[in-house]
Amino acid sequence: MKKALVNLVNISKSYDGQLVLDDLNLYIRENEFLTLLGPSGCGKTTTLRILGGFERPDRGQVFFEDQDITELPPNKRQLNTVFQKYALFTHMNIAENIAFGLKIKNKSKAYIDDKIKYALKLVNLDGYEKRMPDSLSGGQQQRIAIARAIVNEPKLLLLDEPLGALDLKLRQDMQYELIRLKNELGITFIYVTHDQEEALTMSDTIVVMNQGYIQQIGTPESIYNEPENAFVADFIGDSNIIGATMIQDRLVEILGARFACVDEGFGINKPVDVVIRPEDVELVSPGEGTISGTVTHVIFKGVHYEMEVMAAGFEWLVHSTKMFAPGTAVDIKVDPFNIQIMNKPESEDEEAVGVNE
Amino acid sequence: MIRRISQKIYIGLIFVFLYAPILTLMVLSFNASKSRAKWGGFTLKWYSQLFQNQDIMEALWNTLAIAGLSALAATLIGTMTCVALGGMKKRSRTLIMGITNIPMLNAEIVTGISLMLLYISLNMRLGFFTVLCSHITFNIPYVILSVMPRMHQLNPNTYEAALDLGASHLQAFFRVTLPDLMPGILSGFLMAFTMSLDDFVITHFTKGPGIDTLSTKIYTEVRKGIKPEIYALSTIIFVAVLLLLFLVNYTPREKGPKKERRL
Amino acid sequence: MNKKALSAPYLFWSALFIIVPLCMVFYYGLTDKSGAFTLQNILAIARAEHAKALWQALLLSLGSTVLCLLLAYPLAMILCSMRTRQHSFLVLIFILPMWMNFLLRTFAWLTLLEKTGVVNNVLSFLGLPPLNIINTPSAIVLGMVYNFLPFMVLPIYNTLAKIDQNVIAAARDLGANGVQTFLRITLPLSVPGVISGITMVFVPALTTFVISTILGGSKILLIGNVIEQEFTQTGNWHLGSGLSIVLMMFIILNMVVSAVTDKDGEVNAL
Repeated sequence: MKKALVNLVNISKSYDGQLVLDDLNLYIRENEFLTLLGPSGCGKTTTLRILGGFERPDRGQVFFEDQDITELPPNKRQLNTVFQKYALFTHMNIAENIAFGLKIKNKSKAYIDDKIKYALKLVNLDGYEKRMPDSLSGGQQQRIAIARAIVNEPKLLLLDEPLGALDLKLRQDMQYELIRLKNELGITFIYVTHDQEEALTMSDTIVVMNQGYIQQIGTPESIYNEPENAFVADFIGDSNIIGATMIQDRLVEILGARFACVDEGFGINKPVDVVIRPEDVELVSPGEGTISGTVTHVIFKGVHYEMEVMAAGFEWLVHSTKMFAPGTAVDIKVDPFNIQIMNKPESEDEEAVGVNE
Repeated sequence: MIRRISQKIYIGLIFVFLYAPILTLMVLSFNASKSRAKWGGFTLKWYSQLFQNQDIMEALWNTLAIAGLSALAATLIGTMTCVALGGMKKRSRTLIMGITNIPMLNAEIVTGISLMLLYISLNMRLGFFTVLCSHITFNIPYVILSVMPRMHQLNPNTYEAALDLGASHLQAFFRVTLPDLMPGILSGFLMAFTMSLDDFVITHFTKGPGIDTLSTKIYTEVRKGIKPEIYALSTIIFVAVLLLLFLVNYTPREKGPKKERRL
Repeated sequence: MNKKALSAPYLFWSALFIIVPLCMVFYYGLTDKSGAFTLQNILAIARAEHAKALWQALLLSLGSTVLCLLLAYPLAMILCSMRTRQHSFLVLIFILPMWMNFLLRTFAWLTLLEKTGVVNNVLSFLGLPPLNIINTPSAIVLGMVYNFLPFMVLPIYNTLAKIDQNVIAAARDLGANGVQTFLRITLPLSVPGVISGITMVFVPALTTFVISTILGGSKILLIGNVIEQEFTQTGNWHLGSGLSIVLMMFIILNMVVSAVTDKDGEVNAL
């Protein structure tokens, strides 16, 4: 395991008496692409601003390469930020924007000119030195904002919803662009977004946040396939979340029917939640599955059909390339390893705390 | 922390600078001595004498009438102009806004003498009417400049939505566009009223001998010594406005975020 | 579209009450009493008493403009930093004083500044030397700063308030300290507001005759006083108009500068 570049320890922060971050602990490894993912108000941007030095935590410490930087002002930190709406200096041209940080550090003119050329090439905007920020498109401005940050050779680049203001196509292009940049530069990225697809596409590690708490940390695959609680399951992709009872190890009762599963250690006759992704629900002829039901709606979605199946009093969401017309009687079948068992939260608050150890 | 405190002190000093003269005038209104240089004890007599002073009451009436009428006329003309500007090409819009800027940027003394030359060569008798026309002239730009930003913010779709829902052009205008513009119109009116009330220079050149507003009356009295009744009147006006502002600002209102309101 | 017709009253009004009167100033300024063309009225500015008045006015108005700028910039920055309740502060600073007649407010400074007035009492209480500035240019500058300070605060405040806080954060992020951020980002971005404020203070200060009359004790004549006397006492409108044209040269210069720097015209929006 690579060593931790950044370590957030027991960070708490509130605004006007409202708790935004509650005892947050997180470490970020060197050369990692880490995404903070969550709905607005979950504390992800606050976390980023604390890292950047724009906010001071009420409690807790920030370590950067084992140095406590909690009290360090932004200009003394060895990291740079790409802001949500670019925050380019409108009274300077592109070259001056990119040179800003280097001029502050009194670098030589030759060095600065070299760096500008290199950075513009890196973001595919060679020859834009003399243009003004206002004359560029949103996507181009975003590239300049990135160029302006990376010429300072930060060890860590913070990106605050950098693609939020761009349209869909451009956003997808920029996603690849960012991954390429990260690989070429070999530095650590911390990326904030509320877009789960973006997070799944780009990240090495995803940190799902809600109401100031970390809900789950993991690779995109593990976050998607093994959500640890209903919030994560619901926030990442579509899912069927159903209250169930764990009969014993490897056996769960869902809506009165018993399903084999692969989870162990929940105890005997314990109430749990199960998550089943819509593409993992298999529709088979009556008599061949575990629960019987009827198809109620069908929508064609391009790569698959989205169907709703009423079975055992629950409306199942099903994705399948095979179409069943509304009214068709079907049986539902789920493979054991596609059933994800989660502890049931006892209260709202516990749901927020989640399983964060 | 030190920064916060020094900021507070700075604002406080500016505040004292701006309000020391106002406080002085208020104190003088209770001064029994007729001379502003010495304190002769507390009295309310200027307040009671104020209402018997024909000259001052007439000047007050002129001031209020001119401010009210000119603000009203300027609001009407200015709002109409803004609506018209909305449907105009950029070139003519720039031209009109350029003309609008002339009284704003030109020196008051030049505006004053130019209007005086106009009235005299048109053989108009200088008096209430010429002052009123002058005040309308310098008030229109204030209305336009406060309605125009709201005009830009208007979503053209709301007007079209009203048409789509069966309203005629007139109905759509009065029921949808006008209410949207209302905050700008109101603040434009208040601005115009205040400007007219506070004006001296332009009134000075266009009023002629027979009529006085409070400003011109004060100006002629500056050398002879200002009558203490004037202090009393100013104090009454100022305190009334202060109370009004206080009421408007601290009355809880249900709709609209407060920050949106402009001066 | 019949919408355009709504602009007719204003077009008529502005032609009659803005354009025509200005033309008349030029007509009177460029003719003599017999109606013949002459430049004498304009060249009269070179006469010693006029040149002196203009020079005085330029000096005092420039001085008060600089003072206003120095006072207003920190004030605008502070107002920007205290986002809460700033609205009522703005009203208190800009609108409310106007409801006390400005002649009276200026006049009140006489009482404050007298030999035994409030200011000197405070100064002697603090052990400071007394201030005897009534009827001096300093008193006029004080009157100008007092009356026109709000015109400087407002445009600067408006440009400062428009600066995206992320831009400031970006500069800090890129290594600039507080002073560097101010000099390289905040100050350049607020230049349009500063220039607009300068024009808004400079023009009324340059052309005033009221402040110099009240606080200068009619001993100090500014160019405004000269013009005013030509119209209300001497009755030489031609000369008064000629001098006004000279004055307008400065104003036009100002308008050009402010038009170039404030393209979107939003800086002055109240």
